Amino acid sequence: MLYREAGQFKTSYLADSAIFPIRQDRIGIALILAIAFVGVPLVATPYFFSAILIPFLILSLAAIGLNILTGYAGQLSLGSAAFMAVGAFASFNFIARIPGIPMLVAFAAGGLVAAAVGIVFGLPSLRIRGFYLAVATLAAQFFIIWFLTKVPWVTNYNASGVITAQPIVILGYRFDSPPAKYLLVLSIVALMALAAKNMTRGNLGRKWMAIRDMDVAAEVIGIPQMRTKLLAFAVSSFYCGVAGALFAYAYLGTVEPEAYNLDLSFRILFMVIIGGVGTILGSFLGSAFIVLTPIVLNTTVTWLDAHTPVHIPASAGSNLEVVVFGVLIIAFLILEPHGLARLWSIGKEKLRLWPFPH
Amino acid sequence: MSEVAPVTATSRPSAPRASARTAGGVILAVDHISLAFGGVKALTDISFDVREHEIRAIIGPNGAGKSSMLNVINGVYRPQHGTITFRGVPRHDVNTHEAAAQGIARTFQNIALFKGMSVLDNIMTGRNLRMKATFVEQALWIGRARNEELANRHKVEEIIDFLEIQHIRRTPVGRLPYGLQKRVELARALAAEPVLLLLDEPMAGMNVEEKQDMCRFILDVNEQYGTTIVLIEHDMGVVMDISDRVVVLDYGKKIGDGVPADVRANQAVIDAYLGVAH
Ligand SMILES: Nc1ncnc2c1ncn2[C@@H]1O[C@H](COP(=O)(O)OP(=O)(O)OP(=O)(O)O)[C@@H](O)[C@H]1O
Ligand SMILES: [Mg+2]
Repeated sequence: MLYREAGQFKTSYLADSAIFPIRQDRIGIALILAIAFVGVPLVATPYFFSAILIPFLILSLAAIGLNILTGYAGQLSLGSAAFMAVGAFASFNFIARIPGIPMLVAFAAGGLVAAAVGIVFGLPSLRIRGFYLAVATLAAQFFIIWFLTKVPWVTNYNASGVITAQPIVILGYRFDSPPAKYLLVLSIVALMALAAKNMTRGNLGRKWMAIRDMDVAAEVIGIPQMRTKLLAFAVSSFYCGVAGALFAYAYLGTVEPEAYNLDLSFRILFMVIIGGVGTILGSFLGSAFIVLTPIVLNTTVTWLDAHTPVHIPASAGSNLEVVVFGVLIIAFLILEPHGLARLWSIGKEKLRLWPFPH
Repeated sequence: MSEVAPVTATSRPSAPRASARTAGGVILAVDHISLAFGGVKALTDISFDVREHEIRAIIGPNGAGKSSMLNVINGVYRPQHGTITFRGVPRHDVNTHEAAAQGIARTFQNIALFKGMSVLDNIMTGRNLRMKATFVEQALWIGRARNEELANRHKVEEIIDFLEIQHIRRTPVGRLPYGLQKRVELARALAAEPVLLLLDEPMAGMNVEEKQDMCRFILDVNEQYGTTIVLIEHDMGVVMDISDRVVVLDYGKKIGDGVPADVRANQAVIDAYLGVAH
């Protein structure tokens, strides 16, 4: 009975509406934050920072963005990566064209530009839904990447189309070591995740879910569909935009349209599906899963190749990845549409009863 | 859609309602409303009024246009002709969310709850118009965001107590039996503290006990909060028991209007219910 809510009676609605009403959860989250901010930097290797932790965090942020739009507001989007690209390129231009602009301001402004573009591409959602909306966002994906590739102004007339990202300097400090970048990304992601949790647990989150579950009924109780949907597009694209800027500046080190292709949009969608549609926690779980699975598969394949008589070609790892993802997506869609986050809460439910089964 | 109950006396004594609540002036006037879907005339030149604090029933056979009438009143459908005057303001049509802002709430014939949300969240959603915090305040959980959440939670808990659904507060609505879902939908409508409450067959598909509970709730809402209620119901016993006045529709036309006893004695109404050819 390590995990119980018994004896923890809520004496006020304030306590009841807290983000983590159960004490063990609060301890858990404090522990995770302590480990993430203090423990990890002490032990992690540069490879671990650059290849695993930083992309995991950045993609979690993008997944939160998509989850707000798709999981909460019910508007399917296949254009997340394009909105990330808008954030990255907008930040690049702010930094390149406005001398002395603080880096964080540039990232936030990049997010705002992405939000504005998100609103424009969200307009069709007022008329069409489901499959047709997905196709419209797919068009956004292709159009935006095409635009960024074809209009020389956005790449500052850079001939190759691949721009080296300016170094991240905040208050005179250069964030160029992997742990420094990691801590910066972690701070931004933690704060934005908290903000997302706040939005989704209150009135705004309920309005989004109301539109998702039954839009006519939502209108009838006074929720303006247009405003609420477009706000979801804006907030979601803001999150994707900031994630895109971080992706370029803290992960890739370059700003290039190709990094934000349809493939990335799908990976973010898979994170949401596998992690859990309509949960903030699920965005992290899904991201961890999608980032780690290929690494684990590749390591396994290499190990098997080296330590067993079977010869496995190096390409098997990436092929296996495609197969495993495909199977998992289908399995989750059929068996557990609420993803890892639901499995987690079922696990907690079991733990609550443990060791007594009834 | 439920069966049309025949016009017969009910098992329960159907004495005229004690008029403790005095109906006031006209709060809603429906004037010459006509609505058609392509060739289908759902409503033809319908006029009637609803007085403050009364319970006004709309009855009629399947397809008579009852639900369409409610949909016109709160803006889901736009009539081709006619005006709706609510609290003295005449209008041809209105946005549904504006109607909500003016104090009109409703329930649906086919339950329209938010399936992915808990009972508590569904009811809290009913209070969205009273929560003014901007999304920035909500993201930072400061100022109005926090205070409004708490203040409105108090009101919602009051409604939860009133409708006796404390035990299912945390349950996702999709898992509830039909009768309880109907009650939660009423709770969501009440959460808006409406001036005018439109109920589309609130008792359809319920067993006798659930129906009695629902009747009691409707009467209590009407008496305690003074809410004006327009109610569609097929169960004649219920209609005769709880309504002050009744409008009868048939094939989109109004064929009767008056106090329950008069309507029941009306030959056109009896014919409509017995299916006499037109
Ligand atoms: N959205 C719509 N599109 C087309 N026709 C409609 C629509 N809504 C209603 N109708 C038609 O209008 C007529 C009246 O329907 P309405 O639902 O108002 O009847 P009702 O009296 O509520 O019936 P019931 O007792 O079966 O609920 C019917 O012929 C119906 O088919
Ligand atoms: Mg109907």
